[in-house]
Amino acid sequence: MVGYPETLTDPSYTGQILVLTFPLIGNYGIEKEIEINSTFFESIGIKISGLIISDYSNDFSHWNAFNPLSRWMEKYNIPGLCEVDTRELTKLIRENGTMLGKIELDTDPIDFFNPDTINLFEKVATKDVVEYGKGKTILLYDCGCKENIVRNIVSRGYKVKRVPWNYDYKQTDFDAVLFSNGPGNPEMYHDLVNTAKEIITLGKPILGICMGHQIVSLAAGAKTYKMKYGHRSQNQPVINKKNNRCFVTSQNHGFAVDTQTLPKEWDVWFENLNDKTNEGIIHKELPIMSVQFHPEAAPGPVDTEFIFDEFLSKIK
Amino acid sequence: MTNKPKKILILGSSALKIGEAGEFDYSGSQAIKALKEEGIYTVLINPNIATIQTSEYLADKVYLLPVNVEFVTKIIQKEKPDAILISFGGQTALNCGMELHEKGILNKYNVKILGSPIKTVIDTEDREKFKKNLDSINVKVAKSKAVTSIQDAIKTSEELGFPVLIRIAFALGGLGSGVCRNKNEVEKLASKALSYTSQILVEEYLEGWKEIEYEVVRDKYDNCITVCNMENFDPMGIHTGESIVVAPSQTLTNHEYHKLREIAIKVIRHFGIIGECNIQYALDKNSDDYRVIEVNARLSRSSALASKATGYPLAFVAAKLAIGYGLYELKNNVTKTTPAFFEPALDYCVIKIPRWDLKKFRNVSKRIGSSMKSVGEVMAIGRKFEEALQKAVRMLDIGANGVVCNDKKFQFDDIELFLKEPGEERLFVIAQAFENGYSVEQIHELTNINKWFLHKIKNIVNHKRLLEIDQRVTKDSLLHAKKLGFSDLQIAKAINKNEEDIRQIRVYENIHPSALQIDTLAAEYPAKTNYLYLTYNASHDDLSKDDKLNPIIILGSGPYRIGSSVEFDWCCVNAGRFLRKYGEKSVMINCNPETVSTDYDEFDFLFFEELTLETVEEIYRKLNARGVIISMGGQVPNNLAVPLNKRGITILGTSPDKIDLAENRSKFSSLLDKLNIEQPEWSVLSTVEEALRFANSIGYPVLVRPSYVLSGAAMGVASNDQELITFLQKAVELSKEFPTVISKFLENAKELEFDGVASNGKIVKYAISEHVENAGVHSGDATLVLPPQRTYLETIRQIKKTSEKIAEALSINGPFNIQFIAKQNNVKVIECNLRASRSFPFVSKTIKDNFIETAVKIILDKPFDTSETSLFEYDYVAVKAPEFSFTRLEGADPTTGVEMASTGEVACFGDDFNEAFLKALISVGYKFPIKSVLISSGTIESKAELLETSRILTKLGIKFYATPGTAKFMINNNITVEKVNWPSQKKKPNVIDLIKSKGVDLVINIPKSFQEDELTNDYMVRRLAVDYKIPLITNRQLAMRLAEALEKYDDDFLQVKSWEEYTEIRSPNSELESI
Repeated sequence: MVGYPETLTDPSYTGQILVLTFPLIGNYGIEKEIEINSTFFESIGIKISGLIISDYSNDFSHWNAFNPLSRWMEKYNIPGLCEVDTRELTKLIRENGTMLGKIELDTDPIDFFNPDTINLFEKVATKDVVEYGKGKTILLYDCGCKENIVRNIVSRGYKVKRVPWNYDYKQTDFDAVLFSNGPGNPEMYHDLVNTAKEIITLGKPILGICMGHQIVSLAAGAKTYKMKYGHRSQNQPVINKKNNRCFVTSQNHGFAVDTQTLPKEWDVWFENLNDKTNEGIIHKELPIMSVQFHPEAAPGPVDTEFIFDEFLSKIK
Repeated sequence: MTNKPKKILILGSSALKIGEAGEFDYSGSQAIKALKEEGIYTVLINPNIATIQTSEYLADKVYLLPVNVEFVTKIIQKEKPDAILISFGGQTALNCGMELHEKGILNKYNVKILGSPIKTVIDTEDREKFKKNLDSINVKVAKSKAVTSIQDAIKTSEELGFPVLIRIAFALGGLGSGVCRNKNEVEKLASKALSYTSQILVEEYLEGWKEIEYEVVRDKYDNCITVCNMENFDPMGIHTGESIVVAPSQTLTNHEYHKLREIAIKVIRHFGIIGECNIQYALDKNSDDYRVIEVNARLSRSSALASKATGYPLAFVAAKLAIGYGLYELKNNVTKTTPAFFEPALDYCVIKIPRWDLKKFRNVSKRIGSSMKSVGEVMAIGRKFEEALQKAVRMLDIGANGVVCNDKKFQFDDIELFLKEPGEERLFVIAQAFENGYSVEQIHELTNINKWFLHKIKNIVNHKRLLEIDQRVTKDSLLHAKKLGFSDLQIAKAINKNEEDIRQIRVYENIHPSALQIDTLAAEYPAKTNYLYLTYNASHDDLSKDDKLNPIIILGSGPYRIGSSVEFDWCCVNAGRFLRKYGEKSVMINCNPETVSTDYDEFDFLFFEELTLETVEEIYRKLNARGVIISMGGQVPNNLAVPLNKRGITILGTSPDKIDLAENRSKFSSLLDKLNIEQPEWSVLSTVEEALRFANSIGYPVLVRPSYVLSGAAMGVASNDQELITFLQKAVELSKEFPTVISKFLENAKELEFDGVASNGKIVKYAISEHVENAGVHSGDATLVLPPQRTYLETIRQIKKTSEKIAEALSINGPFNIQFIAKQNNVKVIECNLRASRSFPFVSKTIKDNFIETAVKIILDKPFDTSETSLFEYDYVAVKAPEFSFTRLEGADPTTGVEMASTGEVACFGDDFNEAFLKALISVGYKFPIKSVLISSGTIESKAELLETSRILTKLGIKFYATPGTAKFMINNNITVEKVNWPSQKKKPNVIDLIKSKGVDLVINIPKSFQEDELTNDYMVRRLAVDYKIPLITNRQLAMRLAEALEKYDDDFLQVKSWEEYTEIRSPNSELESI
């Protein structure tokens, strides 16, 4: 119900037309974009391809707001539709899964474009190696990483070395590895899965988040499958199967890890309370863990930020 | 689950009062349902007989007894429960629970407090402890200091800097709190506040900050969720109970939302709350700075609202958590498949608006602020803010058609002042300001209301202007108007047409609302839920063909107000249960979040919607309904009978033309004449001259009132020409639109209520209750006795015969109520309502014969049985007493009269009248024994009549203080009395000092006339008594009956017997048990 600036800048949504279920959007405008992106943005620039909402507020109100949402979208040339029955659309998408969509004018018809046919990592992830902060080094494989992952690690006193998804880890020294979130179908990224397989053998701490979770799981030898109802909201309940503690998490994924195919050296860590799908795995001996949800939140509840603490505590 | 308690005591919230209303019937009922499901034996203590929770099919045992330490202790001794729930009955139950703990009673009898530990409750309730606790975890609270003297209050205020807020610890609804802008105001407020409590709080006043609330749930495994957050439309400084509230918050960013959510969870973990709690914040409008205002470690008004707003059954879940469940072990009751550990996603917006009845009270301030004065609330759901807002305004049932397009009653002269000093009319004032050219910025400067909200109101005003300029509607402008929440009538007003014209255009253009589900997950998962609302901001319907099973619609009662409250909710819920029992599909339409009737599990479908002609018709047609029951929800649905019928909608029960016959004063009067039934002489008046002539012809005093009224709005009694002229000048607005009626006011007469159910004009069930007070006290404020104790047999016979004649003449088919006045066996009819009345739950529960069940059977044409129990066969007596909320209504004159003033009621049973009467009085706050009384006995007749009462009280050793006239009279009659001077005499000993020092236990003050508008000495005495929480009696008969009852009173006189112990002989099994 909150968090449209974060969602619109989340690289995981690259190539997608986003439908928001909460009908009132634009209420608090958009804060001023500055060179170093602030906590309100998850990357520089809007990543979605189109926005569909029910009720748009061009008249915003917030002390921190600079522009109405529509002006910001104009800047990035992103089309938006309002006055749409988004609940009906939600039900359609729920029953049929994500589908191709287009926003066109009667006078200017366009073709469908399928974003799954291209390598989306190329489009959204860093092409250069970038470093943030000071301390022990976390090698961050950027598949379309949300800024708040970087912020969470740097604020805990570590250095983040953000590298492209096809980076050769042998080129550098590092203390731990993080596979980030990102858009698309995990099965498309064999090379990264192979990289992950190799890194697992190093025995260094690894954390996977969302797409990164699926990469780690595939590397571990498990399989993924397309879900009937994807998880796309900020209120996904998960349970830690080791201690029955429950958390509300932010999620955005349409594929899940099949735990039946999980090799015996691994344990199920988290599970979705609603549909019992896998939400995280953890290695029985090695310091390797990955979660389907977003511990960095943004938008969404920050209940699971402790995942970062847990991961970083494994660094020797 | 292991170690579940076997027997649990549940404390209710007693009578409805300002700050503690129907929401606790909802939470208590849910708790009982949750525990019953576990096979736990439940014992409920609540004297509020009109509630659903005191129904025979809920708690295993019900004690209609005061929720205080003395009675609860005795019940604990008798019932030996192993646990107690104190967080489902509002502040009343919580305070009682804390006192039981402090006195060591719970320890002594080994009764465990379920849910949050007692330490948590104390740490959150005691302001100093609260602050220390939050300081220790680095959570910000408003800077404040607890003080115990006026001097310290002033000193602290100066330290903090003005303005400051003065608050009382342990107060419900912000009682006695207020903003002080200078030393004088602190002195005034502090002295009053310190009379309630030894400790008050002086706090920094966060003027203009946003006010935000979160509803948080935690289980014993430390799993936490926030079910809902809410944002107040009104800025800090206006009590949340007085604020328009929006869910979810609308102007918070993700960062702010989750920052506050994280703090909420941190705080709740720190305090160790188990179950549900509410946390209130102030959030700076110019930064992300915040303060925690308070934490309520119990179910609250906000939690009821959050439950209804999200579909998450907070009270039910809280009860399960209290007996040890984890959140993940419980199911989401809406989806039935997913667990209760989740945070609802809303795909709509919810608005709550409070309802006030301030115009009913003389001298009360009409401004709203930091203490609560509203008596009820409505909740509206929409997919645009504007849509929800306009729906909510109509739901209030205050005569407004929406935010705009209202008659001149909603136009104000001094806009600027009303913007600066908000009152209940503020929404209309803002709309008017926009019409007069004010900008959003200007209004924001004056009101501190967030600009986003103001922009939305401006959108409504702008569209109205557009319609006005066009003077016609196109399909587009009509659809846009509907999307912004305009009703057909509003559109009609804007373009000078009538409602029917617009409806026809709308139907022609096929513009109808969609019915959408409240499914807790914003359609992300399939949900089979029957909880629905209507919106024009959708193009599909969530109802399927299978849902159109010719159901029967029951119309609820709308917002609680003075005169229509939980008693009608009891009727509606019962009607729904019996419909389902007889295999009918039931649909409830209601818009009041403080009710059980808006629990979606009570009906086959719940529409949280407006009770207006337009909306009811849309739902009726959408569901292809069989008919509408309008006789259960009080006057609101009753008024819809004729208009609905005109649109071809089937009204079940008594026919609408007969309802009109009973409601229309002249038609009804002619009918009575035809039947040879007596009525007080009356006439319709249109000018003052006519009125004076008529009044003189029948003789004073006379009663003046408009037709179609409930609870005596705008009624008054005049004793002479001058009073009549004054009153008519006040009511002149009314006489133009409605005929105003003058009737003979009978003095020293008895009033009686006839509640009955008839089938095709034959009475099949009835009960006659008698008023303790003589005629002149509104029936809603009267103390009722069943069976009658002081009425002649002949009077009863005449009442029955008259009722039979009326029932036959009106072919009554369902519930009805007739009010009678009787003097020396001469019986006259005052009023007849062809619907269930306020006293239906009271009579049904007293004689243990559910009148609603029979009414439903008759409406459905099912066989029924008739009661032939004589009124004299009962071994017990029940007394229903009113609860007044005068303490909260600053300045209001605490008297009873023809205008109803009470906000709630209780009823208690006893072996005789005296026992039941004293129990009922204790339930509404009286304390016995009494050692001293201050008496002002009114007119000379009244003084004479109260002589015997004074003698009885003297005999009981009670010390008398009296005001000069009364003192003189009593001394002349050999009664020992100490004279005290009137406030205006400014001489010692003075009444003011006596009351302020709490030197008396009871004040008897009998008004000298029916209308006392000025700030007389008597008014000051009454007001002081209320402000200093000393029980007050302003009615002669009440004073007499009390003295007689006190003669019998001793420790063992008030027996601790459950409802079942009194009535079980009469009705061994309840028919609803099986549902």
